[in-house]
Amino acid sequence: MSDFRADSYKFLPRSMQEEFRAFPDQPSAPAIARATVPLREAKVALLTSAGIYLKDSQLPFDIERERREPLWGDPTYRVIPRKVGRDQVGVAHLHLNSDDLLADFNVALPLDVFAELERSGRIGSLAENNYSFMGYQGASNSAWRDQYGPELARRLNAEAVNLVVLAPT
Amino acid sequence: MPVLARALEASGIPTVLVTMMPELGERFHLPRIVGVEFPFGHPFGMPHDREMQRTVAETALALYERLDLPARSDVPIRWPIEWKIAYKGWQPKQPAPIIQYLEEQILAKRRLASE
Repeated sequence: MSDFRADSYKFLPRSMQEEFRAFPDQPSAPAIARATVPLREAKVALLTSAGIYLKDSQLPFDIERERREPLWGDPTYRVIPRKVGRDQVGVAHLHLNSDDLLADFNVALPLDVFAELERSGRIGSLAENNYSFMGYQGASNSAWRDQYGPELARRLNAEAVNLVVLAPT
Repeated sequence: MPVLARALEASGIPTVLVTMMPELGERFHLPRIVGVEFPFGHPFGMPHDREMQRTVAETALALYERLDLPARSDVPIRWPIEWKIAYKGWQPKQPAPIIQYLEEQILAKRRLASE
């Protein structure tokens, strides 16, 4: 345990500081899901918004449409299997420099790190399916609230996942 | 992402949010938040630095084992690259379309005002 508090605004562009510092407190506290199995038995799935996709078998996120319509962001997601090589991974994300992600996707989607944690017995398993989407959702997050959020919740429940580690970028 | 975390929690699956903006997660009252003071795009740390990535992962797993929720636990690691370089370095080489769009809007307004 440490007293260190990360500065949430340290790397945020000046043009966005005001908006995020003034972001309103959301009215209601959400339901809290309780852990139902010990960590050493838990199936863990990873999810990131880094815009990662598989170059050989998946379409990239639609950054061409975003270039034409700057207020729109691709709301779809990609399933990333637990075993994936660096050369299979592409990144389609216009809001980040993707060099470090392409060099080592573990910076946002730590599949290799969690495979190690599975081998050492710290977690039960890393899920077969992990999930990637592209973080810029434009002027609306309704697709995620109404469609993809509930759909992912159903999938992860069907896959008997006990913990989801979410890594926005 | 906070919206998704809330949907997953409501469906019965525990979540941990590993984020560069823990304050934003707190405003959504998410139950388990790991704050990292890293440049955007790097929630688990430096490329090829397995030890740093493992430290972040361990911090997230420790929150799964906590019973006193909501809880926030930040990773006490300083980014090893100078701020100015890291601040510029995480951003795309070309400004994102929305940034270009907003800049054009501002310029158009200025033009109108000066006419």
